[in-house]
Amino acid sequence: MTEVLEGTQQGPQARSSSDTEPFLVVEDLTVQFPTHDGLVQAVSDLSYSVGLGETLGIVGESGSGKSVSSMAVLGLHDEKRTRMAGSIRIGGKEVVGAGDHTMRKIRGNDAAMIFQDPLTALHPFYTIGAQIVEAYRLHNEGNKRTAKRRAVEMLDLVGIPQPDRRVDDFPHQFSGGMRQRAMIAMAMVNNPKLLIADEPTTALDVTVQAQILDLIQKMQKEFGSAVVMITHDLGVIAEIADEVLVMYGGRAVEKGSCKQILTHPEMPYTWGLLGSIADVTGDTSKPLVPIPGTPPSLLNPPTGCAFHPRCVHKDKVPDGRCNSELPELRPGIYANHLTRCHLPDPDAIYESEVKEVVM
Amino acid sequence: MSAPHDAVADSRAEDAAAPELSGVPLLEVKDLVKYFPVKSSGVLRRTIGQVQAVDGVSFTVDKGSSLGLVGESGCGKTTTGRVITRLYDPTSGTIMFEGNEIGQLNRKQMMPYRRQIQLIFQDPYSSLNPRHTVGTIVGTPMQVHQTVPKNKMLTRVQELLETVGLNPEHYNRYPSEFSGGQRQRIGIARALALNPKLIVADEPVSALDVSIQAQVVNLLQDLQKQFDIAFLFIAHDLAIVRHFCPRIAVMYLGKIVEVGDRDSIYLTPHHPYTQALLSSAPDVRQAAIGGRRERIRLEGDVPSPVNPPSGCRFRTRCWKAQEICAQEEPPLLQIGGREVACHFAEAMQVVAATEGDIAAQVEDDDRAPKLEVG
Amino acid sequence: MFGYILRRLVAAVLVVVVISMIVFALFFLGPSNPAAVICNANGRCTPERQATLEHALGLDQSVIPQYGEFVKGVFVGRTISVGPGADYDCSAPCLGISFRSKLEITELLKDKYPATVSLAVVGGSLYLLIGSTLGILAAKYRGSATDRILVSSSLVFSSIPYYLVALLAWLFLYNEYRLFPETGYFAVTDNPVKWASGLLLPWLVLGFAQSPQYARFGRGSMVETLSEDFIRTASAKGLPRNKVLFKHGLRAAIVPIVTIFGLDMAFLLAGTVFTEEIFDIDGIGAWGLDGIRLLDFPVIAATVLVGAIFVVVANLIVDIAYSFLDPRVRLA
Repeated sequence: MTEVLEGTQQGPQARSSSDTEPFLVVEDLTVQFPTHDGLVQAVSDLSYSVGLGETLGIVGESGSGKSVSSMAVLGLHDEKRTRMAGSIRIGGKEVVGAGDHTMRKIRGNDAAMIFQDPLTALHPFYTIGAQIVEAYRLHNEGNKRTAKRRAVEMLDLVGIPQPDRRVDDFPHQFSGGMRQRAMIAMAMVNNPKLLIADEPTTALDVTVQAQILDLIQKMQKEFGSAVVMITHDLGVIAEIADEVLVMYGGRAVEKGSCKQILTHPEMPYTWGLLGSIADVTGDTSKPLVPIPGTPPSLLNPPTGCAFHPRCVHKDKVPDGRCNSELPELRPGIYANHLTRCHLPDPDAIYESEVKEVVM
Repeated sequence: MSAPHDAVADSRAEDAAAPELSGVPLLEVKDLVKYFPVKSSGVLRRTIGQVQAVDGVSFTVDKGSSLGLVGESGCGKTTTGRVITRLYDPTSGTIMFEGNEIGQLNRKQMMPYRRQIQLIFQDPYSSLNPRHTVGTIVGTPMQVHQTVPKNKMLTRVQELLETVGLNPEHYNRYPSEFSGGQRQRIGIARALALNPKLIVADEPVSALDVSIQAQVVNLLQDLQKQFDIAFLFIAHDLAIVRHFCPRIAVMYLGKIVEVGDRDSIYLTPHHPYTQALLSSAPDVRQAAIGGRRERIRLEGDVPSPVNPPSGCRFRTRCWKAQEICAQEEPPLLQIGGREVACHFAEAMQVVAATEGDIAAQVEDDDRAPKLEVG
Repeated sequence: MFGYILRRLVAAVLVVVVISMIVFALFFLGPSNPAAVICNANGRCTPERQATLEHALGLDQSVIPQYGEFVKGVFVGRTISVGPGADYDCSAPCLGISFRSKLEITELLKDKYPATVSLAVVGGSLYLLIGSTLGILAAKYRGSATDRILVSSSLVFSSIPYYLVALLAWLFLYNEYRLFPETGYFAVTDNPVKWASGLLLPWLVLGFAQSPQYARFGRGSMVETLSEDFIRTASAKGLPRNKVLFKHGLRAAIVPIVTIFGLDMAFLLAGTVFTEEIFDIDGIGAWGLDGIRLLDFPVIAATVLVGAIFVVVANLIVDIAYSFLDPRVRLA
């Protein structure tokens, strides 16, 4: 495990050089929650990085660990109830083990987060303007008037009509799409270099979802930020992600470019995901191919590969290693495409069996 | 699974014995209207307006078939489902079930029809009473309608649980002991208990994980084939609706804007709203293969159903809007194999059918200007 | 908003009227006979004297004219007779005269309410403050030893009946060891210091003995609020922990506490009976208790009506306050 530097960015090896490493680097992140029933292993050995101007899509279902890992990036877990190990570096500054003081400077400033349900994620008793002003004044000098002007600017930037009027409205007075725009405005008000979006469009209608995804991409261009998009919706990933990370049972099980993952997936779980989603262009005479079984328990994860109880290709692995040995995240045919699977030749299986189902 | 069929076969035999009403659709809805009053805040609580949730909706559902009702929040699709099952009373319009008008029946008269029309709810977590066991939940409909004698109840409940893929031994468990997908199956078992002819499924899979969605959708398709059940499939997920329903109706702000069979709607939509919807739905396969389809982005929000726009309700966000759209409400007219309510209905292929189409589109895209809606 | 208040006021007035009718009916249709009470109070009673009294009091009439007299008295005043030659003028608003002292109820009310108000307002504010603070602390450190100590001690405290706590406090803190000055109500206009010192012990007893429920309730409300999404958003913006707790958490958690407090205050204002009796405070509560003991019906009727009015008004104030505290609530 990497050494944790307590709350400072200076150290013998100055890690603040963001030109040598991507803006967000997550290395061997492990997040565990000790509970009455046992240790919940929410995230295990997760590593990824996102550079400025890039979009990483993290896809997984409930219990995959995608939200837990992202909240860990901003240090939003309760220290008393969480055990974290590994390294998370934002612009060179170490986050794991960093004190509240350091984290406060990063949150809302270098890195910002938007959440799934803007109705519950915004304080119901304060106006949108007041909440954006608060975010601004936490990290910037200036009086209330400048802050409010900035708030109106941001509301305009995210496409809210009559921003000077709406700035004094309460969250419940906005529609769902407008609320999410307001939340994006609040997140971006300090030009953060990293934006983490946790299922930002799940609660929205499909036309509004399209508007919001467009907006996020626009913000990214405008501010040059790195974007981490967490979702269970492969369609969203397809629209905006450059790189994709598939998570299952708290681990990364496949990682690669978006095109790669969607056209040449190499991991049975990804095949299962692609096969089980309906599509507006697919063949309707073919039934959907669901993944049998249910997601794994994080309290008592399966031995070996976490997906093996549900994997239909298990028998193609010699020696039955799937039950006993956890596969490593290794490159397949392409160096930049990693999978965590024992299958010796996933591409062949994909071409012969899976492709017709998925495409 | 031969035992479960007996009960069902019996009821089907009964229905077969009834005079064949050929040509009469199972469900026919004409000009259905549902308004909710808005009360003033003055001293006297007068009604100052109406939420025009459903404003003149007509469609039919054939026996054993499915009609998909698609639209976004506030379009009235959920309300339509509730009115058809008489959870709400219609403000006006007719609901005909097997040729019988059921919109105005009182509670007692409605009872025999309730056996035929059942409802599956969206949220598997709140639609099951947490204090009732699964057995009670699934058995209550039969108890209320007295379709099964007490001594046969348990067997029937277990049959139903098995039919939906649950362990029949779990009838004594509580909903909290099941996962979301399993709870939805319990809801489905409950809906099946009375051998309905029509099931109104209100967003049956939206609250579930992707891999579980596929399991439940497949289950519903199997049940449809096995028991010849018609579905009114209400959803906002265009892909799932297309997969499940051969016919689809698109709703906007209380009105149906387009109705047609699957291919007509998805390959050659005529109504601008349908085109915008299809354009917004993220398409994994197309993005994977490459190339882009028409990107239509609607501006702004859905208008308030209390004060809908005059004439065509979609005109405030429509790029084709003209004078006439504000003055005259477009009627639902037959164009080709579909009905469209638009003064300027025109086919536009938004999503590609085959790889060839996509490839061709990639070429076109480079040449054609992008359709941005201002 | 205005329409809402108007409607609620009309409803409130109706409620008070109905209560006055019920109170009236209870006493004059009840088992005890007011005439007998007065008769016995004035010396030995004979059936003839009682009959005369009954006639004078109008008890031989049916209920509705009697109620009519009562209502008339409230608006224009009336003369109450308790026997030949024993007439008392009762000016509007007339709530009757005390059977014992023959003084006007309205006057007595005016004399006694300052004590109750002083007790209720300060004592109530004290237990709100103490209780909420403990509750917030418990929520902030939930799961820790502090939390568990606070919760269990509040349980212990609230299991002891209030009158016992008050009595023990009076007995030991005042009577035995004179740790506190003499308790009682002394007019605040005469001598503010004496006023405060006389009520100090009762305030503290009220404050601490009633705080456990607010501590528990405050803790619950705070814990629930802290699990809301907007708390996470506030942290994600970079707000320091205490600001998150107070500016975001408390602001939301306080709303149900304040509304309950509003209703509690109404009951306090209606008469803190135990406190007044034990600490010898001449307030409405003690007065009402005396009235019951001495079967002084007009006194009982008056205290019940006062209580009812306070509760009804408090309900209205709480509802209006709620709409200010929570902008999502629009009064319909």
